[in-house]
Amino acid sequence: MSVSNKTPVAFCRLVPKKMNPLNLFTVFSAGCKREWQLQVRRKGDLLNPLVFFALVVVLFPLGVSPTEEVLAPVAPGVLWVAALLAVLMSLDALFRPDLQDGSLEQLLVCGYPAAPLSLAKVLVHWLLSCVPLVLLAPLLGVMLYLPWQAQGVLMLSLLLGSLTLSLVGAIGAALTTGVGKSGVLMTLLVLPFYMPVLIFGTGAMQAAVGGHDATAHLALLGALALLALVLAPWAIAAALRIAVSGE
Amino acid sequence: MWNWLKTLYHRLGSPKWFYQITGKWLPWFAVSSVLFLAVGLVMGLAYAPMDYQQGNSFRIMYVHVPAAFLAQSVYMMMAAAGVVMLVWKIKMADVVAQALAPIGAVMTFISLVTGAIWGMPTWGTWWMWDARLTSMLILFFLYLGVIALREALSPQEVAAKACALLAIVGVINIPIIKYSVDWWYTLHQPASIKLTEKPSMPASMYLPLLFMVLGFYALLGWSVLLRARSEVLRREAKSGWVRELLKDK
Repeated sequence: MSVSNKTPVAFCRLVPKKMNPLNLFTVFSAGCKREWQLQVRRKGDLLNPLVFFALVVVLFPLGVSPTEEVLAPVAPGVLWVAALLAVLMSLDALFRPDLQDGSLEQLLVCGYPAAPLSLAKVLVHWLLSCVPLVLLAPLLGVMLYLPWQAQGVLMLSLLLGSLTLSLVGAIGAALTTGVGKSGVLMTLLVLPFYMPVLIFGTGAMQAAVGGHDATAHLALLGALALLALVLAPWAIAAALRIAVSGE
Repeated sequence: MWNWLKTLYHRLGSPKWFYQITGKWLPWFAVSSVLFLAVGLVMGLAYAPMDYQQGNSFRIMYVHVPAAFLAQSVYMMMAAAGVVMLVWKIKMADVVAQALAPIGAVMTFISLVTGAIWGMPTWGTWWMWDARLTSMLILFFLYLGVIALREALSPQEVAAKACALLAIVGVINIPIIKYSVDWWYTLHQPASIKLTEKPSMPASMYLPLLFMVLGFYALLGWSVLLRARSEVLRREAKSGWVRELLKDK
């Protein structure tokens, strides 16, 4: 009878398995990478907000007047409202595919805080949907007779503002993920929260068109973006938990 | 005192106790709201002196100001109920929040409408894009959003949590909206119409206002309790005590 020298398993001291958790940044960058791949492959979804933005802007010369005297004063407002609506539209389907294929639940049960992961989602979306919008804006600005000195401020204000818009809008998108057709509902929820961004964005544009310094408005836009960057991910994560619990 | 409050708080969390305790409160709220409103209205409409600038039109203030008070504080109450709901998972907080939302929307609407009616003789226009009017309008939309979200979501627990979260997000945003609209107004329209400085009111003018505000708050308590109680009965329709209660009727 050969008795092995090994202590029987039952008498082993329970040594905890060496934990080797991935650090949060690795998880965050993995989340970013996944989002990037998913969103880059849905090319139609990336293009639609741009087309929407251009179309809404084109409606104004047709609907109001094509002359420079009429269009130039309203150009900042038209560009900002159109961009705001385009961002809102693009957010509608941010979480729904993930909810339907179950990966959203995996994201919530993976053991890492959901807030940074949902932040990754929104940031990649911002990079892929809103930054092209910012790049398209000057062209549409020229078409609306926006003066040249305001173009830089237009891009900068849209860049800062669209970050806030994406983050705040994502809260609404997360809340309405479980609702079948949520487009109008999400608009109703989110638009009141968009008004400060619109006010400061067009304020910066008005200042630039008038030849004044737009720094104050841009600083406020930046402050709003930072505030949203800090607070919104937690609200998005909470909203996603609620949406998943309803499934 | 503290222990008594704590017990009361926990009892109010139970649907049955909530129903029983608020049943006792109901007549007090009803009587005080009727009393305060009647006294305030009679004093305000009949006895308060005429304003030397606005004539009799200022008397709409006795409805407008309390309604505007409630419009803002009801949202705060809703968010507070939302915090209670999300932190302590007390279902009754959601019942109260559900009861509060339409009342807040109606109060906002009343303050907007009475403001428009008041604006006609004093400003000469029904509506202007004044900072206060605009932020009230936005508040109205915030209420509609909460109501719409509750309608759209099911089951009830999900709707409850989602509405609580939305109300809390809204409360963080309300100061931002308020200040941005204030700045927007000063930036875009440098004082096209200046409201005359409010003259310091004599007691015969502000006492009725005080009564009206108290009456409106009592009315709020009364209507919230009525709505919450019927909602409790609806939600707990399958439980034993509700069946027993309804058997007698």
